[in-house]
Amino acid sequence: MTQAISRQELLIFTISRLLEGCRHVAVGASSPIPGAGALLCQARARQRMFVTVLGSTRHNFTTNGGVELFDMAAQGRVDAFFLGGGQIDGHANINLVGAGGAYPQTQVRWPGSFGSAYLYYLVPRVILFREEHSRRVMVPQVDFISAPGPRNDGVYRPGGPIGLLTNLCWFAFDRQRLRFRLDSVHPGHSVEEVRDNTGFDFDCPTNVPETPVPDPAILELIRTRIARAIGETYPRFVKQVFPAAA
Amino acid sequence: MTEHQWLEPTVDSLARLVPHGAMVAVPADYSGIAMELTRALIRAGVRDLHLVAVPVTGLQGEMLIGAGCVKTIETSAVTLGEYGTAVRFLDALKNGRIAIKDATCPAIHAALQAGQKDIPFMPLRGIIGSDLLAKRGDWKVIENPFATGPDPIVLLPALKPDIAIFHAPYADADGNVFIGRRRELVTMAQASRTTLVTVEEVRDDVDLMSSEETAAGALPALYVGAVAVAPRGAWPLNLWDRYPVDEAHIRQYCEMARSPEGFQRYLADVVYPRHAAE
Repeated sequence: MTQAISRQELLIFTISRLLEGCRHVAVGASSPIPGAGALLCQARARQRMFVTVLGSTRHNFTTNGGVELFDMAAQGRVDAFFLGGGQIDGHANINLVGAGGAYPQTQVRWPGSFGSAYLYYLVPRVILFREEHSRRVMVPQVDFISAPGPRNDGVYRPGGPIGLLTNLCWFAFDRQRLRFRLDSVHPGHSVEEVRDNTGFDFDCPTNVPETPVPDPAILELIRTRIARAIGETYPRFVKQVFPAAA
Repeated sequence: MTEHQWLEPTVDSLARLVPHGAMVAVPADYSGIAMELTRALIRAGVRDLHLVAVPVTGLQGEMLIGAGCVKTIETSAVTLGEYGTAVRFLDALKNGRIAIKDATCPAIHAALQAGQKDIPFMPLRGIIGSDLLAKRGDWKVIENPFATGPDPIVLLPALKPDIAIFHAPYADADGNVFIGRRRELVTMAQASRTTLVTVEEVRDDVDLMSSEETAAGALPALYVGAVAVAPRGAWPLNLWDRYPVDEAHIRQYCEMARSPEGFQRYLADVVYPRHAAE
């Protein structure tokens, strides 16, 4: 018997759909859900697919140190990556540094920009991923730009965001209009709820479809093989979300 | 046992080789952190360090900052991951006790590569349009001189730390250090004037340079200024997959470090007792 689909399972499945066709997906620090999504996509892929999970010994193809993943990205050898942000605005600028007050003595300080100010320009399929969907995260304008959204300003930029995935919805990013468009709302949530919790303007079609859910076979795969695989790097996450696989 | 000129008798004597004001490069948690040496640096009372995190730091940077050893931190992030918040770092930053040079990971790697070659700068893609660039007076933008049209690109000045510091499983009989696939340790060591390493053990039965298999994972002794033995020297962090993180201890640290008094208690309980025993 199948239990109800959890929030994490829906996100893992959605990420795996967004990664279809990739040859190499890399996953950065503190990213169990993107990691599981990438491993699910790999498990279902017909073509050969590589997944690099930062912090994993097994899912790691680098032998030239921390710099190699960045070099691979510049070479076009990383098709997809994930970035988040303490703040994300409607032009897809992301802030991983801090909010309020005057830099560097901001009222709130986050860990820092990591590789965002580079990978955001070079990886063609960047998925912005932030579970919390609230007005304090989805702001009209970020207080600090760790990495800017695409600007069509002549700066070398083969990469950029394809969209923003949250607990409520999937926004696609329109590279022509440089704006987000609400593409689907997760089951149990509404366009009004998305609007109420988003601080920036976005395009919204008259009918917004519901985000597709995984079928029972895929759900079983997530709960067994994928949960065990991501548990190598994120044992605490698996213990919490997939206790049967831990 | 063979006499080893490069071997310091204790981690505390190794720590005394780090002068006040030194620019010190340290790796990210996944590469092997010299935590016992970090505690020894705090015991030695080293001051005014310019800490370069390659490319991010965690408990090591947090503790050195909390203990007042750091003047400037250059990093792409300070994070204790899922265990908690780096409160001593946040407190020092908010109260202006440290300066920060916010970076992005590949910029630190690339600036060290310039240091490795001893060339003045390295160009790097990305970064343009970010506030990192706006806040960093030392990063410049030029037009790519080889392009036919406009092509702005960032130049990063070379990073040449005084000292690189890390922890590794072992040194061989000649002081070559086994670093496995952690090639960022080689970059750090070659860009830095010297390198101080702590190891789990010295293996007099091993010559890393004698075969292709082991030489490929070695940092040659030429780059290493001194070594000290520190069993479980990365504790409470992990050393690669050799031993795991002591989660309970890090959670205890996070709990205590929430207040300056709690952090001082942590230093008294965990960092200073070893000194008294010597």
